[in-house]
Formats: sequence, structure tokens, C-alpha cells
Amino acid sequence: MDHTVNMPTTAKADPSVSLVKRLLKMRETGLILIILALFIGMSFASPYFLTWVNIRAMTMAFAVEGIVVVGMTVLLISGGIDLSVGSVTALSMVIAGWLFLSGIDPWLASGLSILACTAIGAFMGFFTTRIGLHHFIVSLAVMVIARGACLLGTGGRPLGLYTLPPEFKFIGQGSIGPIPIVIVMFFVVVIAFDFMLRRTTMFRKVFYTGSNEKAAAYSGIRTKKVVFLTTTLCSALCGVAGIIYMARFGSAQPTFGLGMELNVIAAAVIGGASLKGGSGSIFGAILGAVLLSVVSSSLALLDVSVYWQDIIRGSILLTAVTVDHYLNKSRG
Amino acid sequence: MAGDVILEISDLSKSFGPVRALRGVNFELHRGEIHALAGENGAGKSTLMNIIDGILQPDRGEIRLDGELVRIASPAAAQKMGIGFVHQEIALCPDVSVAENIFMATTNASRSFLMDYKGLERRAREVFAQLSDIDPAVLVRDLSISNQQLVEIAKALTLECRVLILDEPTAALTEAEAQVLFRIMRRLADQGISIIYISHRMVEIFDNCDRVSVFRDGRHVSTRTVADITPGDVVAAMVGREISDLYPEKLRESERSRREVLRVENLSEVKRFRDVSFTLEEGEILGIAGLIGAGRSEIVKGICRLEGEVTGEVWLQGEKLSLRDYQDSIEAGMVYLSEDRKGDGVFLDMSITANVSALKPEQVANALGLIQTRREEEQAGTLGRKLNLKCGRLQDPVSSLSGGNQQKVALAKMLSVNPRLIFLDEPTRGVDVGAKVEIHRILRDLARDGVGIVVISSELPELIGICDRVMVIHEGRIRGEVSGAEMTEENIMHLASGTTRATGAAPQAAK
Repeated sequence: MDHTVNMPTTAKADPSVSLVKRLLKMRETGLILIILALFIGMSFASPYFLTWVNIRAMTMAFAVEGIVVVGMTVLLISGGIDLSVGSVTALSMVIAGWLFLSGIDPWLASGLSILACTAIGAFMGFFTTRIGLHHFIVSLAVMVIARGACLLGTGGRPLGLYTLPPEFKFIGQGSIGPIPIVIVMFFVVVIAFDFMLRRTTMFRKVFYTGSNEKAAAYSGIRTKKVVFLTTTLCSALCGVAGIIYMARFGSAQPTFGLGMELNVIAAAVIGGASLKGGSGSIFGAILGAVLLSVVSSSLALLDVSVYWQDIIRGSILLTAVTVDHYLNKSRG
Repeated sequence: MAGDVILEISDLSKSFGPVRALRGVNFELHRGEIHALAGENGAGKSTLMNIIDGILQPDRGEIRLDGELVRIASPAAAQKMGIGFVHQEIALCPDVSVAENIFMATTNASRSFLMDYKGLERRAREVFAQLSDIDPAVLVRDLSISNQQLVEIAKALTLECRVLILDEPTAALTEAEAQVLFRIMRRLADQGISIIYISHRMVEIFDNCDRVSVFRDGRHVSTRTVADITPGDVVAAMVGREISDLYPEKLRESERSRREVLRVENLSEVKRFRDVSFTLEEGEILGIAGLIGAGRSEIVKGICRLEGEVTGEVWLQGEKLSLRDYQDSIEAGMVYLSEDRKGDGVFLDMSITANVSALKPEQVANALGLIQTRREEEQAGTLGRKLNLKCGRLQDPVSSLSGGNQQKVALAKMLSVNPRLIFLDEPTRGVDVGAKVEIHRILRDLARDGVGIVVISSELPELIGICDRVMVIHEGRIRGEVSGAEMTEENIMHLASGTTRATGAAPQAAK
């Protein structure tokens, strides 16, 4: 019995080595290295790249979407997927904007709009967990319905919200010192969810469910409830993102967020989430979003045609997934 | 017959990483014989058969077919050489007809552009004329499990094989169906086809086979004519020691407490089982036997509300339970160890610690619901030592462990909630002999400590070896119960296949 359970002593034998090894194995480390390399390369290629203005712009570009990435990552880990995030984000703006224009207090209007988005998530959760339809189809239908509702409610034109009170616009446009409120909120959401996902029993059940739903059910986990809640959470966070966008733009745009789902899913998957469920991290997903944003910004600065950007983003996604596939194989 | 060797295997070896599945195996198959293969799970039988069928390639060694040295590159190549393999798991397409299933390989090889459905059906009828009265036009999903098994055999027969491998073909058959199969086997053998017959049931081997080869730990132990040996010899050769020390000591009469752990009354489920009533005493191990599909697992899953719309009463240690779902069952102290370890027993890609804590992660968390890594490791470490788990680091994924150790993780998961009652479904399937003995010992120790133990198993020697009492299920009802000297493979098989009146205490037989 030489190989019985590792006693704490063997694990502690050389913690520094195992820590380095573990860091190297982690997806996040690889992403950070790639992002750093891009930063260094770009700072030589363009003097404008490493300026505060550009960094701030890049951060703003993914910060709000990053909140949606958080919701999507949790949903992917539980084994689901949501294609409706772009439409629901737009719908959140439209509902809140419409309520505000009808004379309702903007804060109340935002609260109601987030509630409405949460209800949409619950609606999708009902179809996926109670009726048993696939997430892909349900969210595809809701993506189209929500977009239709946006257009119907606005006649296809953006709602100008010129009378929004300044303290409301502050959440989208203001800053604390040099740091925009949007970025502060983004960090709060990311850190909170990353911590909860790593440490709480509640989110551990999300991993169990996504890793093997049947085994989770056989461990007494109410898996349908878990998936219902992650679906609802994702839509609720879209609602929050929509409100921040509205405060930032001072208008509600019915066509906002077209193609957002691809960006968001790509970020999560590049960051290590699996479409099969059971794996992924918020930190990784956000790094995925950062990478995509830095690449976009770099291409723009290098005067690459916008038409090339999608091709390059798609290729990055494919590369990341392929590399991951082989890494997993060699480990397994 | 001797000397007329159709298949000769010499010095065959095969390793999977560090695991040596076959070590220099020699094996001879005569023309027209029925040759039984016996051995515990992991003894190397499946590996050898997979090599003969071309699914695996040996690392070393020779295969001669009719005296000619051959390399069997794939199952298709094996078919061309006249080797047919009926797998234990049914691998048919449920949504197409029996005829199409039987001629799948032929259709695949056919060059014609259109399907000749009429021709397929006609030829299928010819095949079934000598087998059974299955209509080749019906869809496979509409057949019973036993008829599906016959379709698998028919499929192999159409390939005009010289060597037919049958891997536990009777596991899902009733006694009568099995007898039909044995007659067919004998007829095929008389026509000159050689049959390799894998089974755990000694009675079947001794009644129907000509010779028996025993494997243990990847080695060929012996090949004897069945007339020359006894079932006891085969079992002893399989386990490499006397049977007496393979199983732990049973409950002595003086140890009986007569305190009731579980009482089930009139448990019914619309489709799967009816009027199930039984009790379990503290200290005893109760076995549940029955053919696959008889409803054994369904009853147990029904008791802990894992599946099915169940009516009836369940009492745990004198307390009547009203459970909404399995989570409530775990709360009450009643847990179920799944028969399909890889499918739903463990989370293969998650760590050992996360697996062990899965039933109640709250136990290793603080008041805020935050999981304490240290407490989680302590829990997995303590239970791991208790079960003699062999692993590298506790943070390694469960997929890195051997079958036996994976099963110990699954068992540790059950024990993590200090259950009052554990239902174990096929607790040693796919587990090597060493771990099997350990698991049996652990179950006996748990029973001694007052934990209720109910074991479902398809391996009758296992049930007889570890249980104090065995309850036999036939078509969703308790057919009878055996204990003490009545607890024999023969009695259990008769009850399981419904061929005799129930014997012994049969609580529901009168109804």
C-alpha cells in the first residue's frame, strides 16, 4: 500500500514547485501571456496604443459586455447556452426608456426593466427545464421575439432620452477620480462572481450539474432548479447591462447588441468554458473578452479594414478551441 | 476433435499504459466446440476477445486461424475471416427494422445504389426460421430485451462465421429463452462452428459447454474439459484462492438485533413494479436478485425517490418517510450508489475532493456557504483512508483512477453524509478482484456498525457470498426470498426466471 491517499505531508512537500506547475497549467496564465505579448508588440507598433485614453476606451468597450459574459459563463458551466443576450440587452434599454418617457422615475423604470428581463430568463428556463427543449432553440426563438419587441415598441427608431436626470446618467458616464463608474461596476460584478463561483456551495452545484447532470441528480442536486436559475441569472445580467448602456448613451437603441451573443460566447469559450458544461471560470472568460477587445483595438489602430476584424476574431476563437481540445486530450 | 484447431493464440500480450491486461496468453479453440471463458472482471477476457475481433491490436504474440498466421486489423477484417462477436451490450439501431439491423454489415458492403427491402426481409426470415419467431419487419425498439439479444445473435450468424463469440448472452434472458439459445448453440457447434462462450454462471458453463478456460490477472490459468472438473475448481482457479476467504463472514445468529432499519409496504409504480413489501434488519445485508429489466434498480430508485411515480409506504428506523425527491432521501439518511459508475456515479473530470463532498457540500462549507478547501480535503482524506483509496493527489480528477478506486470514491461520497441506509447497485461491476474483496469487507463492516445495506447484483456468487438474505424479483414483483442453505444459484435463477413456485418466505406470492 505504498500509494495510499496522499497525506497532507506529501502535498506540502514542495509547494512552490506545484504552485508554479499549477499556474502554468492554468488557461488564465496562457491568456495573460498572450495579452501581454500583444501589449508589448502594439506599444512599439503604435505610439497611441499605450495611452490612458486608448486603454480606457478598450476597457469601456468590454466592461458592460463583460457583465453579460459573467452571466453567460455561469450558464455555460451549468450546461446551457443563451443566444438571446444581445436582444434582451436591447429590450432592457427599450423597456426602461419607454417607461421613462411615459413619466415613470428612471430608477423605478430601470428596476422594472431588469425584472422584465429576469422574467424572460425564467420564461426560457421554464421551456428548457420543465418542457425539456434545448437551450439553443429556446434562446434562438427568444432572441428573435425580443428583437421584434424592441422594434415594435420603438417603431425601429432609437428613443432619445434627453431628459434623463444627471445622477442617472452618472452610472453610465461619470467617473470616480479617473476611473469610470462603468469600470468600477464591472470589477465589482466580476470579482463577486469569480469569488462565489470558486468558493460557494451554491455555485459548486452549478459545476456538478454541468459536469454530469445525471450524476448530479444522483447526488441529490435539484439540477432543473440549478439550470433554471442560471438561465434566469444570465438574462437578469443582460437587463443590468442594458440599463448601463442606456445611461451611457442617453438613448434606447432597438438595434443594439446585434451579434453580441457570438462575442460573449467566444470570450467565455476562449477563457476556458466548455459548451458541454462543467468547466469555465469568470476570470478566464473576462481575459477572453479582454483579448478580443485588445485585438479589435489593435487592428483599428493598425488601420486594418473593419471587414477583416470579424475574420480574425473568428479565427482566434477557432484556434483557442482547437488548442484546448488537444491540451485536454494530452491530459486525459 | 482434438488436434482440429481452428484458432490458436500464442504468447499474446497487451498493455494499457501501466496496466498489463494480457500477459503471454496461450489459447486454443477446436472446431465445433463450445468453449467457455471464465474469469473475474478485469481478468483479461474482454481484452482477449477484443483482440480476436480486431477492435484492439496486441503488443506481442501470434494469432493463427486454421493454421495460418493472421493479423486482424479491424472488426470488419474479423468478419471477413469468419469471426462473429455478439457483445454483451446491445448495439442495434432502435429505429429501423430487425431485417435492416441484421444485414447492416451486408448493406454497408453492398455496391448497389438502392435498398432492397424485400430481399432483406426474405433473407431475415430464413435466418430466423431456425432461431425464433421474431418478425423481421418490426422495429427493434418494439422488441423485448431478450428478443433484441436474439437479433444480435442472428446478426452474427448471417456473417457465415467459423468462430462465434458470445459475451454473457444470457444476462438479460429468462431461463426458457436461455434454453432456446443453448439448443441453437449446440446445433451451430454440430455444424462445425466454434463458439467462445463467456459467462459468470457456472451452471450454464457445466451444462452446455465442452471445455472451459480460466483467466486471472491477464494470465491464462487453465483449460480443462468440463467433465474433468467441478464448478468449485473453476471458481478457485478464477480467484486464485479458496472461495471461503473471498467473502467476509456472515451475520451470526447471536448477532441478530431484530431492530428494523427499513420497512417498505406495498410499493408500486405504474409500469415497473407492484406491491413490493420487505424489511431490513440492523446488521444484515439484504441482496436483491433478478434478471436485467426485472425492476430491481427501479424498486430501489423508487424507494429513494430518484425516479418514477411511486405509491406505498417507506419506514426508516421506525419513522415514516414522506419524501418529495432524492434530496429529501439524502437528508433522511438513505442514499443510492448507481450501477453505472462512469455514466452517473462519479463526476469523472472533477477532483476526488469535489466528488466526495457532492452529496452535501454544505458539510465542508462555513456559515456563509463558502467551501473550505482544507475541510474538503480532510473529509476526502479521512474517508479515503477508511476505504483504502489509492490515488496520487486528492485534487486529481477521478478519471485518473482505476475502476476499483473510482468505485471507492463513489462509495466515499455515500459515506460522507453518514447514511443510515445505503442501496448499492452492482457495487463491484468493473472492479478488480482485490478491490472487490475490500468493498465486500467494507460493506460487512458498515452493516456491523448499524448501517443498513441493500445490494443489487447480477453476479449470483457475489450475492450469495456477501448477503444474509436474498430477495428475488421477477417481472416487477417479489417472487421469493432465500436465506441460509436455500441460498443457491439454482434456487435464485429459478425464482428470477419464474420457472418454479416461490419458495421460502414469499410475502407477496399469495396476492
